[in-house]
Amino acid sequence: MEYKDYYKVMGLEKGASQEEIKRAYRKLARKYHPDVSKEANAENKFKEVGEAYEVLKDPAKRAKYDQFGQYWQEPSQAHQQQHHQQYTDDRGAADFEEFINSIFRHRQQQEQPFYEKGQDIHAKLTISLEDSFLGTQKTLQLQIPDSDAHGQLDYKLRSIKVKIPKGIEDKQQIRLKGQGGKGSAHHAGDLYIEILIAAHPMFRLHKKDVYLELPISPWEATLGATIQIPTLAGHVKLKIPKLSQSGKQMRLKGRGLPGQTPGDQIITLNIVIPQRDNEQVNKLYEQMAAIEEFNPREKLGVGNDQ
Amino acid sequence: MTNDKKNPLTLESEGWFHLSLHEITYTFGVDSSTIIEIVNEGIVSAQKDGSNEWQFDSEAFRRIRIVLRLQQDLGVNLAGAALALELLDEIEKLHKQG
Repeated sequence: MEYKDYYKVMGLEKGASQEEIKRAYRKLARKYHPDVSKEANAENKFKEVGEAYEVLKDPAKRAKYDQFGQYWQEPSQAHQQQHHQQYTDDRGAADFEEFINSIFRHRQQQEQPFYEKGQDIHAKLTISLEDSFLGTQKTLQLQIPDSDAHGQLDYKLRSIKVKIPKGIEDKQQIRLKGQGGKGSAHHAGDLYIEILIAAHPMFRLHKKDVYLELPISPWEATLGATIQIPTLAGHVKLKIPKLSQSGKQMRLKGRGLPGQTPGDQIITLNIVIPQRDNEQVNKLYEQMAAIEEFNPREKLGVGNDQ
Repeated sequence: MTNDKKNPLTLESEGWFHLSLHEITYTFGVDSSTIIEIVNEGIVSAQKDGSNEWQFDSEAFRRIRIVLRLQQDLGVNLAGAALALELLDEIEKLHKQG
């Protein structure tokens, strides 16, 4: 474990007052709370800030930490110095992890996060939209709380392979009965997993419906066309009717996520023009401008005059 | 920490389930009055089944977890947590439209 500068984590100077520490913590906790935050890596940041605050909010722990940090740059030297100072922790504090454990030693027995009460375990898993569409299996690494013979709480790393049901929605919970921690009681807890579906480069998901923005050319929009479009099950042909406006929505029934009531694929047309100057095309547009009496801004109350 | 190497089974999971009030309180380690307060605040819509037992679905489960965590981690009260949840829903809706 590397030495962590808790002051830096909280954006504070070494001489910060206890009040400043508290204020910084409150602010950062709101910023990085995994349920609220849109920041990347919020969960780890939140844990890091929590750990920093745990030490810095307590003047005794903070003093210990400051003492340790002072000599951190040169660990061998730090070791000697601490002997001179007759450091009360007789294990010495040359190793940061050991040092932090000494600070946190009694915490686990005193307070546990609420989600570990009972022996149920709550976890999160991010999968792709395709994973949901096809169904998938994922291997999870979990830290399972386990009481040893002395009733001491310990964590065991367990990997389990989970079948993710087809058509699962974003933020849906799944349950695995009996896969939680085994407490002192006979009853094994359950494992709850919140499934998160990662953003897709083409499709947007709402419940079981899959949304696609479909670019079409002005002539496809005007004349109508049969074109190839992507769906979760591969390419299909779609008939664009004549005179289709940008923003028009079309629905492919049952092409969304599978389920008792399967979702649909909803397509929004978007007319795009070629980003290339073409003499011939320009001529045709000029002809069109001359032939067609068309004021696209009629509703805005402005005329076509230049 | 030991690594469990033997790992032959693929476990089936339940995609749709309902939890009773008792199961909800157990899994979150809170008492039933806490959950009832959350229901009464209008944060989750819990259904009652035939035998007049509360039934919490996946969405209720998720919302209760967020409320409890916001309460515990940020010290917000129920109304504050409810407000945060509604704003989060709103933000998500806007993102999806965008």
